[in-house]
Amino acid sequence: MEVEEKISQLIKQFSALEDWTDRYALLIDMGKSLPLLPDAEKSEKLLIKGCQSRVWIKAELQDGKVFFKADSDAVITKGMAALLLHVFSGQSPQTILDTPVDFLDQIGLKEHLSPTRSNGLNDMIKQIKLYALAFNLQK
Amino acid sequence: MPYENNTINRNIRTDFPLLEQTVHGRPLIYLDNAATTQKPKVVLDAMYRYYASLNSNIHRGVHSLSQQATTAHEAARETVRDFIHAAEAEEIVFTRGTTESINLLAQTFGTAFLPQGGTVLLSPMEHHSNLVPWQEAVSRKGGRLAYIPMTDGQYLDMQAAESLLAQKPALLTIAHVSNVLGRINPVKELIRMAHAHDVPVLVDGAQAVAHLPVDVQDLDCDFYCFSGHKMYAPMGIGVLYGKKSWLEKLPPYQFGGEMISEVRLYESDYNRLPFKFEAGTPAVAEAICLAEAIRYLQSIGFEAVQTHDRLLLDAATESLSALGGLDIYASDQPKCGVISFNIQGAHHYDVGVILDQMGIAVRTGHHCAQPLMGLLGISGTVRASFAIYNTLDEVEKLVEAVRKAKAMLL
Repeated sequence: MEVEEKISQLIKQFSALEDWTDRYALLIDMGKSLPLLPDAEKSEKLLIKGCQSRVWIKAELQDGKVFFKADSDAVITKGMAALLLHVFSGQSPQTILDTPVDFLDQIGLKEHLSPTRSNGLNDMIKQIKLYALAFNLQK
Repeated sequence: MPYENNTINRNIRTDFPLLEQTVHGRPLIYLDNAATTQKPKVVLDAMYRYYASLNSNIHRGVHSLSQQATTAHEAARETVRDFIHAAEAEEIVFTRGTTESINLLAQTFGTAFLPQGGTVLLSPMEHHSNLVPWQEAVSRKGGRLAYIPMTDGQYLDMQAAESLLAQKPALLTIAHVSNVLGRINPVKELIRMAHAHDVPVLVDGAQAVAHLPVDVQDLDCDFYCFSGHKMYAPMGIGVLYGKKSWLEKLPPYQFGGEMISEVRLYESDYNRLPFKFEAGTPAVAEAICLAEAIRYLQSIGFEAVQTHDRLLLDAATESLSALGGLDIYASDQPKCGVISFNIQGAHHYDVGVILDQMGIAVRTGHHCAQPLMGLLGISGTVRASFAIYNTLDEVEKLVEAVRKAKAMLL
């Protein structure tokens, strides 16, 4: 699926839910259904520092596409990681770098994007973009 | 009626303008008072009044405005003295807050009275503010920190404290009330034990002063510190109390104007107490507002404050326990102000996010007390902390929100 399609699908899915409870329930579901990262893979190197919850993001390049794995000990944080992975995993490094993250506003998660917010959504985005940049430079 | 069962006999809620707001479309329920309290109108008005009519630099001005401001500033010091029952106003040093008070002492006491290889004794439930400055101080002297162990991660082990004090550390520094657990430590007993071994004691009163009457002479502590902003005063003002005999012996902390009596080209004489420790222009308005906050608190009275606190804590503890599936830390007495808990199987951060959606401000995380978290074997807690303006109705809403968070997260 193209990245734009994935984004509009997500926006549709979230904006159909008027109540915050339902939006968070969906986010929590996404978090719960994200495959676990095996404990052995949760290395210090993959840990995103500065979040109140711990988040690990792993990236691999296969056939020119970046595949991410992520985990967190907090399920809402994990849901946010799942959301980002849904959009970015399987895309080319260039697409990842070129895709803006303003879709998060439209799904009602804007409040989590404040740079001082300690949930690490910003840090996750930064990490995903950094992986893409690194893979791009390897080429 | 939220207030019918307690002894605060008027609706003081209207004294706090900030509380009249909504968060995510719901009335704000502010339960992060251990981090900072909201300010009553009388304090906000005092701040305005100072800058509208009194502002000028204090102490050496001959003009009347400067003299009035100086008088108000020194009257604030006297109000603080009376509040903590210090013997003399010159034992009251104004600082930026508890953190600066402790740094002042770590610097000055650390330089002059911590011997090479000396020890500072403390507890694992200290806020990082009463830990990191001492790590620095002992490392400068090739010394070490020693910790009073805790039983069940809840109480100080007083027997162990006795044998650690017998080893004559240079200082015992201890929280009056734990910011994570709300546990009231037996500081008077510890001070008595410490003094029997000639060990001086600093008490970190940051979490105590808004909840308990403090009498430094009755405690007989050598030093006591607290912040204004956790007791209805503005941020940027705090207090270090020190026994006069100690403050006289300590070297100055920062250098510059105000703290000198005479300056020559190559050396200077330092000012008398407490000005020796107050270099530069002080936070005059904030000191005056602190005095206003003290008068406000005194107008309610600590008996009512404590009854109210107990009422909210008991209700919260009982109702949260009844939900089941929660770990509540240090839920028994003696404690004040704070209830710390986790939903079993849920991360404290997730609980905090859901509570926020429901307009409830709590704090989640390690609360700047990572060693205590390590001891409890957890990464953090959800902490609800109460103030005089919180109501039983708000406690009920907190419990309802925790029930909802539990349902959503598990």
